[in-house]
Amino acid sequence: MSRIIATAAIRGAHSIIRRAEEKLKSAMEILGATHPVELPNTGYYLPVIYGITGRKVTRLSEIGPVLALAKELLPPLPAEARWTPYLGPMLDAGMATLFAEEIIEALRYVTGPSPVEGIWLGAADDVILRERGIEFVDGRAPGFAAVVGSAPDVPTAVKLAREMQQKSLYVFMAGRADGTSFAEQLAGADVQLGWPTRLVPFGEEVCAHIYSLGFATRVALSFGGVTPGDYRRVLSYNKTRVFAFLLALGPVTDEWYANAAGAINFGFPVVADTDIPEILPYGICTYEHVVARVPHDRIVARAVEVRGLKVPVADVEVPVAFGPAFEGEIIRRNETFVEIGAGRSTAFELLVTRPMGEVEDGHVQVIGPDLDDLKEGDTLPLGLVIEVAGRKMKEEFEPVIERRLHYFVNYLEGVVHIGQRDIVRIRVSKKAFAAGLRLQHIGAVVANRVKAEFGSLVDKVRVTLYTTPEGALAEQEKARAVYRRRDERLDALTDEAVDVFYTCSLCQSFAPSHICIITPERLGLCGAVNWLDARASCELKQTGPNQPVAIGTCIDETRGQYSGVNAAMQRYTQGKITSLSLYSMMEDPMTSCGCFEAIGAVLPEANGIFIVNREYTGDTPLGMRFSTLAGMVGGGEQIPGFMGLARAYVISRRFIQADDGLARVVWMPRQLKEFLREGLIRRGAEIGVPDLIDRIADETVGTSVDEILPFLKETQHPALSMEPIM
Amino acid sequence: MKREDQFTDCQASRQMIAKASRDGTVTMFDQIRERKVCKFGADGSCCRICYMGPCHVREGGPGADTGVCGATPATITARNFGRMIAAGTAAHSDHAREIVLTFLKILDGEATGYTIRDPAKLRELADVLGISSNGDTKELARKVAESLLAEFGKQEGELIFPSRAPAKRLEIWRRLGVVPRGIDREVVEMLHRTSVGVDQDFEHLMLQGMRVALADGWGGSMIATELQDVLFGTPYPLRGKVNLGVLREDHVNIVVHGHEPLLPMVIVDMARDEELLSRTRSVGAKGINIAGICCTANELLLRKGIPVAGSVLQQELAIVTGAVDLMMVDVQCAMQGLANVAACYHTELVTTSSRARIRGVTHVEFHPEHAEETARELILRAINNYSRRGIVEIPREEMDMVAGFSHESIRYMLGGRFRTGYGPLNENIINGRIRGIAAMVGCSNPRVRDGYLHTTVVRELIANNVLVLTSGCAAISCAKEGLLVPEASELAGSGLREVCEAVGMPPVLHCGSCVDNSRLLVVATEMVRQGGLGDDLANLPLVGCAPEWMSEKAIAIGQYFVSSGATVGFGVRFPTLGSEEFSSFLFEGISALTGGKWFFEPDPMAMARRLIEYIDAARRALGIEQARERVLFDMEMRRQIATG
Repeated sequence: MSRIIATAAIRGAHSIIRRAEEKLKSAMEILGATHPVELPNTGYYLPVIYGITGRKVTRLSEIGPVLALAKELLPPLPAEARWTPYLGPMLDAGMATLFAEEIIEALRYVTGPSPVEGIWLGAADDVILRERGIEFVDGRAPGFAAVVGSAPDVPTAVKLAREMQQKSLYVFMAGRADGTSFAEQLAGADVQLGWPTRLVPFGEEVCAHIYSLGFATRVALSFGGVTPGDYRRVLSYNKTRVFAFLLALGPVTDEWYANAAGAINFGFPVVADTDIPEILPYGICTYEHVVARVPHDRIVARAVEVRGLKVPVADVEVPVAFGPAFEGEIIRRNETFVEIGAGRSTAFELLVTRPMGEVEDGHVQVIGPDLDDLKEGDTLPLGLVIEVAGRKMKEEFEPVIERRLHYFVNYLEGVVHIGQRDIVRIRVSKKAFAAGLRLQHIGAVVANRVKAEFGSLVDKVRVTLYTTPEGALAEQEKARAVYRRRDERLDALTDEAVDVFYTCSLCQSFAPSHICIITPERLGLCGAVNWLDARASCELKQTGPNQPVAIGTCIDETRGQYSGVNAAMQRYTQGKITSLSLYSMMEDPMTSCGCFEAIGAVLPEANGIFIVNREYTGDTPLGMRFSTLAGMVGGGEQIPGFMGLARAYVISRRFIQADDGLARVVWMPRQLKEFLREGLIRRGAEIGVPDLIDRIADETVGTSVDEILPFLKETQHPALSMEPIM
Repeated sequence: MKREDQFTDCQASRQMIAKASRDGTVTMFDQIRERKVCKFGADGSCCRICYMGPCHVREGGPGADTGVCGATPATITARNFGRMIAAGTAAHSDHAREIVLTFLKILDGEATGYTIRDPAKLRELADVLGISSNGDTKELARKVAESLLAEFGKQEGELIFPSRAPAKRLEIWRRLGVVPRGIDREVVEMLHRTSVGVDQDFEHLMLQGMRVALADGWGGSMIATELQDVLFGTPYPLRGKVNLGVLREDHVNIVVHGHEPLLPMVIVDMARDEELLSRTRSVGAKGINIAGICCTANELLLRKGIPVAGSVLQQELAIVTGAVDLMMVDVQCAMQGLANVAACYHTELVTTSSRARIRGVTHVEFHPEHAEETARELILRAINNYSRRGIVEIPREEMDMVAGFSHESIRYMLGGRFRTGYGPLNENIINGRIRGIAAMVGCSNPRVRDGYLHTTVVRELIANNVLVLTSGCAAISCAKEGLLVPEASELAGSGLREVCEAVGMPPVLHCGSCVDNSRLLVVATEMVRQGGLGDDLANLPLVGCAPEWMSEKAIAIGQYFVSSGATVGFGVRFPTLGSEEFSSFLFEGISALTGGKWFFEPDPMAMARRLIEYIDAARRALGIEQARERVLFDMEMRRQIATG
């Protein structure tokens, strides 16, 4: 019964807190109270402690008060008889455990042994958080499984991992049982571990699962816009939006129970394969809290059900696994059976619309040799041509669906897809070939997914794979003509050329208070949804996340104020936001979720703005890192002078045109400059400053106003001679 | 069956009733046997509010069908009922007034024996009262106390606490015009309206009945509870012991009896005084043992874990043990018969309230300014009396219990510090593990077999997965039968049992004294706020009952539950049965106004069944009568989740 769990969890909490105390004591003795302590590259300090208590731990001396709080939370063990209620105290012990574990792990970064060792990855930094967090936001990852312990044998471990990957779950691993761990079992079976395959080995000890909860906490802070210290919202956000659970494999120890009690605070239930007591009533979690004795062939399905999660699984019949978790798979040269494209052969992909009568639905044909006819290390030309027909299909949706081909092909286990159009490159692994995978299957998967995801646009699909050199080359010529036509049309697609914009609330599962307005020249600030995507999505689902916005009358052309947009904002924000300037960050700017690719912020001393992308981990000229800025920007508020944005928006003609546009940009990280190089040069020329890119400072010039101002003066940056920005 | 067995299920009480008989001591159990019940008095149809009568009336039967003045049985029973509500409200509220006045004296530095034990609750209370909580504790405390004191004498407007209720409930009260204006005013107005020749429309009169009752539950009682928590600490679950076996042969036994904890709390602290303890040892006793009777017992139990000697029915029997060296009583439920019983033994009986004396009994008046001196004096009297003991016979029975379930401790036990709230309670009501909630409150009554009704109703309720919240002497009855320990969940239905085991709680939660029934209003309100169970108190699958009631206070409590939307069952006999017209208004008609109603059911099994029926009806109305399919969330559904 639950008292046994409560007793064990509280006992475990006591011992973990004792360990943290000892570790702190020795660190203080060796390094002194002022020694810095931090997890690598995060703006969220020790994230669980920061999220729950609002305390910023940066030095050893700041740990003491947190440990004191943990001890204050620590209840005595429940009595053997006539006990007083233990659920609340057990949850408190769980939270105390998490504080102590975060301290233990953070101290390992200071005093060693390093958490990053062998297969173990240690803490996920903010770059990973944002990159992977987006997948939680847009639904590519429905949740995560925190696996503790080990499977009874390696094949079971591999099977469980594959099953979770197929369900698109992230698998966070820490803790050992019976002398081994789930992660080590997978590594031993040559399963690719790491963030790209969603199989993430955090650490050898169960303590390292604090990184799972640190991840969850940061999702709430960064995507949910929750204020650090607002523990109620951090936890309720996780309960309702982060679909995670604990999978306990092997004998459950007191410390596991203590961790479980911590996780239950977040609404994450525990599913175990051993015979432990259960906690079935609902309440803190959405459904059951602890479910035990689940056989391995049912445990993943049961866990998903207990968490209350619906996982869409593609019903494709192929000889290998299929799912987003395989998108990040790496196939090294020596593991490759065949490589297509990459300069070695003609390769392209094209999706075109045909009249209904011309498409034979479901027809998949390889014209030329399939993989059977090849030997290891060979190459093959490939023209992947998808012809679709549908009453609601429009030519303008072709690139929207075509862009998805990358994912459809990549989701196959043992297949890597890189690039697009005629620079596409595909590798098929030896293992996949051995398992029976052929080009025919790739065609079938594509046909299946196009119908599944774009069913209301596409009534018929036909896939043809041209694999003879002549056939592929001839089709490529035709494809290139289509690409050219599309590009011309895209250039002509401007804000003034359309009479409808779209809202985007795709991320509302995670950022409930934000709404994007998407125009042809301003894509969603996550960078993932442009106007055409939104238009197609709207066609796909009338009540979906993208709703049309009639532009209405123009109130202010420069700022991009439109009556219809204002009305839509008012409606979708329940009156919170009544006025929106599409092209200004100073007056009624767009709000931000937490998924933005970059942040623009005013730098008054330079009379301009700087832009920082989320991959950049250093300081910015405002003295804040991306994560800190992100905390200020997110949460669906209009904050003049700050804005979340997509990188591509920087080189849009409409980029903050009311605030004098691109010429205001005085600083950006070098990697962002490189990413935008071509566009910056083009747009610079258009606005009469062809060398603007060289006048924009970056971190090599400096990360403070004092460092970059002389540079801006020297290069005569145009912002310096403009009207004051504020 | 032995004579004493008819009176009570409690073995210890039986032993003492038998002993009293042997000792030639007359107790209430002898009195009750002599008592012929006057039908008109019992059924509320004896009118003696003027001296043209008394008038005994009955509907349709032989005898007069109206009073001399023409008052119908409905008017007469309604007036009597209204006066019971007024008296009950007056009792709770005068208790509350005493707490507020003492609180102010403490702040003025005049009552030095007290400190504010729960500043966090003070701040919460200030929030409820709309008082800015930025100032220092003492200043805040003063503002709070002054604001609460004003509630008694207010003439216009609305009391503050009713605004805590769900918006829909407040709207119903406002529509009916029953939001109390001032506590004293409502009591006075009820006395006026029920005097000769005033309000003679029973429905109209009962609107005032509701208003007075609300001035109790959402007024006086709530003030008493909340401020006592600030002063003495908010109850959290703790272990305690109950029944006469808690008296100790080798200790000086002091029994505190009555309702106001002001002096008893100081007695408890003072009993640790080293000088007094050495005096104790010098008379040959090992220590000082404080035990409680009635609601003083509950107040001390919940906050200090002080053992409970018994309920209102055991006040005389405690003395019969010969082991009580001093019994102090303040207000309410202290029976005059104690004087005669005490005279048969060595026990020194002392009255302490300026408002309540018993003729011939020592009076040591308590004033908060001299609390410690008074406490010391009383303890000394007890010590000095120890050596006068005659034959001592203390029953062996004592039972463990876990008590201390306030709104604050319930929300904590269900979620800890970080997930504090009623989520698990509501969720498990919605999913049917818990069928509903029953509040079992009220007195014990020698006219029925003590404990039998309470425990029969409770056993049946928990076996049917109904979580029971209890208070007052009802709680003591259940405690004696071992229903207040967590192990009692073995007696519960499988659903309730699972939840009790998950939380570690008993299936019957002891929430405090009779003024603490206001806690149940707060709990119910929080359940509505938590969501999923409608938007009004009347929507909740929540019922009330008082199977063994006897005090007018029980009627006031019952009426404030009914006025708050609950269905409430009373046992023993119902004081309006003299008029079918008025009774059917209370049993049916009133529900069109408040959503709640009364019922009368003397048979405990039948009462439990009816309570369950009402719970089931509420479940049906909420659409939760059947198990729901598990909802699995996809991304689309997650996007629909409201901002939170």
